[in-house]
Amino acid sequence: MASLLSRFCRKVAVPGSAHGARMVSTTTSCGSETVKSLNLYSAINQALHIALETDPRSYVFGEDVGFGGVFRCTTGLAERFGKNRVFNTPLCEQGIVGFGIGLAAMGNRAVVEIQFADYIYPAFDQIVNEAAKFRYRSGNQFNCGGLTIRAPYGAVGHGGHYHSQSPEAFFCHVPGIKVVIPRSPREAKGLLLSSIRDPNPVVFFEPKWLYRQAVEEVPEHDYMIPLSEAEVIREGNDITLVGWGAQLTVMEQACLDAEKEGISCELIDLKTLLPWDKETVEASVKKTGRLLISHEAPVTGGFGAEISATILERCFLKLEAPVSRVCGLDTPFPLVFEPFYMPTKNKILDAIKSTVNY
Amino acid sequence: MAQHLKSSSSRSTLLNVLRHNLGLGSPSHASRHLRHNLPHNPPSTRVSPNPLTRLCNTMVDTLSSTSSHEDANSQVMDFPGGKVAFTPEIHFISESNEQRVPCYRVLDDNGQQLTDSRFVPVSEEVAVKMYSDMVTLQMMDNIFYEAQRQGRLSFYATAFGEEAINIASAAALSPQDVIFPQYREPGVLLWRGFTLQEFANQCFGNKSDYGKGRQMPVHYGSNKLNYFTVSATIATQLPNAVGAAYSLKMDGKEACAVTFFGDGGSSEGDFHAALNFAAVMEAPVLFICRNNGWAISTPTSDQFRSDGVVVKGRAYGIRSIRVDGNDALAMYSAVHEGREMAIREHRPILIEALTYRVGHHSTSDDSTRYRSADEIEWWNKARNPLSRFRTWVESNGWWSDEAESDLRSRIKKEMLEAIRVAEKTEKPNLNHMFSDVYDVPPLNLREQELLVRKCVKSHPQDYPSDVPL
Repeated sequence: MASLLSRFCRKVAVPGSAHGARMVSTTTSCGSETVKSLNLYSAINQALHIALETDPRSYVFGEDVGFGGVFRCTTGLAERFGKNRVFNTPLCEQGIVGFGIGLAAMGNRAVVEIQFADYIYPAFDQIVNEAAKFRYRSGNQFNCGGLTIRAPYGAVGHGGHYHSQSPEAFFCHVPGIKVVIPRSPREAKGLLLSSIRDPNPVVFFEPKWLYRQAVEEVPEHDYMIPLSEAEVIREGNDITLVGWGAQLTVMEQACLDAEKEGISCELIDLKTLLPWDKETVEASVKKTGRLLISHEAPVTGGFGAEISATILERCFLKLEAPVSRVCGLDTPFPLVFEPFYMPTKNKILDAIKSTVNY
Repeated sequence: MAQHLKSSSSRSTLLNVLRHNLGLGSPSHASRHLRHNLPHNPPSTRVSPNPLTRLCNTMVDTLSSTSSHEDANSQVMDFPGGKVAFTPEIHFISESNEQRVPCYRVLDDNGQQLTDSRFVPVSEEVAVKMYSDMVTLQMMDNIFYEAQRQGRLSFYATAFGEEAINIASAAALSPQDVIFPQYREPGVLLWRGFTLQEFANQCFGNKSDYGKGRQMPVHYGSNKLNYFTVSATIATQLPNAVGAAYSLKMDGKEACAVTFFGDGGSSEGDFHAALNFAAVMEAPVLFICRNNGWAISTPTSDQFRSDGVVVKGRAYGIRSIRVDGNDALAMYSAVHEGREMAIREHRPILIEALTYRVGHHSTSDDSTRYRSADEIEWWNKARNPLSRFRTWVESNGWWSDEAESDLRSRIKKEMLEAIRVAEKTEKPNLNHMFSDVYDVPPLNLREQELLVRKCVKSHPQDYPSDVPL
């Protein structure tokens, strides 16, 4: 037990990689591929190296990216590609994103880093009123599809109000951008490359808790994982669970415990929240008849509400129980109270049981 | 106590070295670019009213007095960011200079060329096109404004009083310079060849509108003419322009980015973000501020307490100039020289064009509610950019009353025809509501289009009949 716990604390078992039946995610791969054991920040770093290597008109910039970034995601880029393409910016998120939009509008790829998702709000006007509408308002004469905004998000154990936020719901309400959240190193590399190369502006949230904690075999070559395609990472029959990012790890633990009590859980990684893959979730709920959504962000107005409403519309007669949401609470993200705030494995397990026993 | 150096030339050399160490730009750079050298700084023998120059001069004196003894460095403090001289005085830099930054002008109020004015010469062809386009802009504004009053257009915003800023700046640029407008610069598009019909199509939102009917009138855009589509949000275009300028620099283009904004826009956070980025990134971008005295009903005294916008450039390390925005020749020269510096030296330039917003903010505004009709009338007559420039053009023998009336009757005819055609051209197809949100419509939009079409079939009376399905 102690060794199990210590293994969990040091390295998080990546969801979908070790337990139960797992659908192989669609990836493009060449014949001979080598893999390497990488953590999340290294996988992201690899994706950025590949992105800059394969497109000479691509740029990476943000606060402190020059020396490698506060989370080391940009290590080695400035040395390799030069300070004209990889550079520090002044401390100004609206400037960082605004500048990135301008670069992208000229046909470049601008991979912009916001140091913490908690600090993305000064750039919200640029994202909503400029980036999201750039193509539409111009009648497709212009676009800033080359823009990708990366930001670490989510709980980290001691982050408090301003180093733990999950702001994805704000962005899911903005037609014209895409919102992508990877669950693991291998997923992150493929999804980030897809996001960078997608012809639409993308906001890419990286679960900072997993930067070091998650380690996975990551193919070394250039591969992309498609956007707007959810993945069933664990098959089951009694209840569908939907989540994204770091929360999937917690949800998978709950699924394992539930299985011991005879409940068969199907776990879906949404990956792209906007536009989201309703079809995969709908097909699953039509099979299981039950849905549980879990996210760290506060429950009220969280993205779980959108999923719940949509599935109710589409699967009403197939539902055996109300849709359950196990989420963060409606408070600013607290420090000392973090363990009470978080949607833990046991909260999820309790909800699974009460949904199944409804 | 201060000893003067023996020769003034070595003093000015030391002055320049000190300027460089303090991170101040070399002042002689700017003057080299004008065809006729304008004095940029007062001669060093005069006591400078500029506190920074006084500081430098004092420092020179202090250092020179100790140069014969040991370490001059003991007089200087070393912090991240460079060496600074210390001072035992508690001296606050004044909140403003003793005198306002002077305003560059070439023509007097009556359009007579000032005797000592320096400017970039314009040929007859360019001058006549500039003047004609100013007239065209004014007439276009008049006729569209009236069309809105008659209920034929939903909205309009004029550029009355700012014709020289619009046309002269466009004339001084090259077609490859990319424009990030606010919304009061349609003259730049006009100069580059946007037709009256194209303007009318956008205002009426018909199927020939390049914007596909998605935005209010005056929200023009043209990729063919390198003019990014207008968005109503204030100053958001400024940081975008900086990114575009950086792209031009990295691609080695002989071009710059140019962005326009008003006195109100200079209060937005994006203004500060953009200027700071432009300086740090060494981006070839022109920031052209149309300081027309009003942000809707807010006069500049409620907007800022600095000496206008020009003084803010220095705070970011940006070379700046104040110019008479109603003087077409001054605008042309300032933009011409600014552009050259921006491209050659990879630096941003700030140009504050002083002017007056003769028209209302838009057709949704009646400015007589917050300013006197006399004031508006005075600016319209006494400082009219068209009449001043016309006088100068005519003084060269390049224009006449006949040319004027020919032009005006031609434009009027073209405008009325453009409106007639635009008005009866059908709107864009309903499917254009859903296209271009993304490069390819995602499933949720395809579903929504089907739902809307179903609803239109059931309740046709709820929907405009001029949108084809």
